[in-house]
Amino acid sequence: MSLAFDALLCLLALLAALRAVAAGEGFSRVAAFMAYGLILGLVWVRLAAVDVALTEVAVGSGVTGLVLLRAVARDDAPAPLAAGLAYRLLAGVVALLVFAGLAAVVLLLPEPAPSLAPEVARHLPATDLGNPITAVLIVFRALDTLLETVVLLLALIGVWALSPDRTWAGRPAVLLPAPWSGALEFLARLVVPVGVLVGLYMFWAGADVPGGAFQGGAVLAAMALMAIAAGLLPRPVLARRRLRALLLAGPFGFLLVGVLGWVFADAFLAYPPGVEKAVIILVEAAITLSIAVTLALLVLGPPVAEETE
Amino acid sequence: MSGGALPGLPPADMLLVLAVILPLFGLLPLLLLGSRLAERLTLLVLAAGLAVALGIGAEVAAAGQAATAFIGGWRPPLGVGLRADGLSAVMLVMTAVVLCATGLYAMTGPATPRAAGERMPTAFWMLLLCVWSALNLVFVAEDLFTLYVALELLTFAAVPLVCLDGKEGQIEAALRYLVFALFGSVLYLLGTVLIYALYGTLDIILAARRASVSPGLVVALAAMTAGMMAKAALFPLHLWLPPAHSGAPPAASAMLSAVVIKAPIFLLVRFWLDLAPESLAVKVGPILAGLGAAAILMCSLVALAQHRLKLLIAYSTAAQIGYLFLMFPLAAAASAWSALAWTGGALHLASHAFSKAAMFMAAGLIAEAVGHDRIKGLTGLGRALPVSVAAFGLGGLSLMGLPPAGGFVAKVMLLSAAVHLGNWWIALVILIGGLLAGGYVLRVVVPALQRPAAPLALRPVAGWREWVALALALVAVGLGFVPLEPSAYLAIGRPASWAEGAP
Repeated sequence: MSLAFDALLCLLALLAALRAVAAGEGFSRVAAFMAYGLILGLVWVRLAAVDVALTEVAVGSGVTGLVLLRAVARDDAPAPLAAGLAYRLLAGVVALLVFAGLAAVVLLLPEPAPSLAPEVARHLPATDLGNPITAVLIVFRALDTLLETVVLLLALIGVWALSPDRTWAGRPAVLLPAPWSGALEFLARLVVPVGVLVGLYMFWAGADVPGGAFQGGAVLAAMALMAIAAGLLPRPVLARRRLRALLLAGPFGFLLVGVLGWVFADAFLAYPPGVEKAVIILVEAAITLSIAVTLALLVLGPPVAEETE
Repeated sequence: MSGGALPGLPPADMLLVLAVILPLFGLLPLLLLGSRLAERLTLLVLAAGLAVALGIGAEVAAAGQAATAFIGGWRPPLGVGLRADGLSAVMLVMTAVVLCATGLYAMTGPATPRAAGERMPTAFWMLLLCVWSALNLVFVAEDLFTLYVALELLTFAAVPLVCLDGKEGQIEAALRYLVFALFGSVLYLLGTVLIYALYGTLDIILAARRASVSPGLVVALAAMTAGMMAKAALFPLHLWLPPAHSGAPPAASAMLSAVVIKAPIFLLVRFWLDLAPESLAVKVGPILAGLGAAAILMCSLVALAQHRLKLLIAYSTAAQIGYLFLMFPLAAAASAWSALAWTGGALHLASHAFSKAAMFMAAGLIAEAVGHDRIKGLTGLGRALPVSVAAFGLGGLSLMGLPPAGGFVAKVMLLSAAVHLGNWWIALVILIGGLLAGGYVLRVVVPALQRPAAPLALRPVAGWREWVALALALVAVGLGFVPLEPSAYLAIGRPASWAEGAP
């Protein structure tokens, strides 16, 4: 039974991927890409990697899909490159060669694969966390996670840098051309409170079961965007100090905890013994907040309207 | 925390972490204050960063061994280790000097036109600080995934620099750069995944201990090498570089061409000299050197044909990185001469950083004064802008490999090693490359020193910015006075291991 289900999943993933790269209108290809992300999420669940599945669905399919949708919806979007049949065949052959090479290498890898999982499990009690993924992200490899939050902030700065000089401190463009009926507002009033609860739960549960800051933050970002699209929240003014403080809370809260590690523990990013879990949850809360705000602003794009609109 | 080797300095492990996180603290005032005050605070951060880099250099010299730090106190393979050996320390100091000079140059320059608003200066300073943090992490991280994060940080800081002016064509150049850089990142990540699957660790030192030649390792290293070649713009993957480096604002070009491009090359050195088994490195060295030789010959010829100054300098970068690839077969060979090639390669890397930053800064000032950067229109400029032309000329002197510049000593070292190791073709390429560099530098300098046909109408430029460029060029020349022998400092902490400095 599960074999049939897996085969169906693989078939669906292949079909969605083909649809996403096939010729045609941009919008339907992006839709196929988002469907592909959802199916991939199910594949990760089948591989028992629930944390990866949640991230794939929330960030890989959801947020990325939104950014792509906004790109294809632009009036001045360039026409898709008209590639000839020969070019497409060549690209297909190259892709097949890469696939064959990768498959060969994967089959050559040692079995069973060497892994650090037992090592993580051995040290998990020292972190006071129940979810080994969170332990790796926030404790054992905290530097990587800290810098990933900076990368996200930097991506937003890069997007903002594309704005015209006079609107640097202004508002991003309108998310939807015009609310055509009250349906969106009704939907937002219904969905946003539930979604915020789901996002907060994902962050809170992340310490012990699958979930965490990135997944929770992505859900919260989606809810903020929905509220903005429905006109329940105003488009943010990007120069507001309070908004920018929200952006900085995660990376710099994390950095501060890292620096305090020199004082209260014995190394940078070491957590003070006894209160590890409380500090980790505080750090995760700050990161969740900043990720939510950063992702939402990334989708909204560079400021294009002056503040006094 | 292990104690510092020098009294009065923070412990070495703290300095290593500070090198990575200190520049990031500059983002706080830039995002929250966004004014002249923030710029002043940024300059303070730059000065502090320079002090940290010099501190690491001094600690490594005093201890005679690599400085190490373990994040959160977790040692590899579970945790992430940072480690600075002699080469890392040299790279840290070189980057600090170039970026501090860039900061001084950008302070009052076209990169910060107050009248145009807050966008450009604020974004520029934030990107500069992130570039610095990312580069320092590349130079000290021992963990393959931490290095991936560092490369991502570097990419997302460097790409917006290209289109900071917001001019037509720059967005396209930036996008092309982004595509090449992300392609490189994906290949790098693929290699990293394979190495973890093979050896169960992401730590370079631990993986090197377990590494043996196998198809998986060959594919992993090939993917990572191709990725770094795309990021370093090694021929034939160099097509993104000239438009990106020549289209950026001058301060950004100086940064991109002088130091950003060196990060992937530094990582290639780590892969092939620290991670790969020697038997494999010896086989791959000639391939890398062959591509380097092609880069030197092809890109130098293209540079000769350029009509615009900044494009000429950009093509020169694509050519000069070729020399760094000539180092691989020489340094990987088991011979006493390989240490000399190693020193020569590192010296070329540093002297190119200083001279190229000086040349891009000088070119920026020239374009600002003359209003264009067409090489034909620069006749007689030497009288009007003597300091900038001198900075360009002295930087060029080092590229040509004329004595007494740093480029001269570096090329002599590479040449001697090539001749003694029997790699005649490498010696020949070095000589021809020097001639071609002479051609494209003199094409600019000789007319500039002539009497102008008609008096040049120049806009004034800030004199002290010219002196920043000249100072960097003089550093490049001054590197020519390092002794002509394998450097003992560069040998500190090699071959790499975690044994030293263990708590």
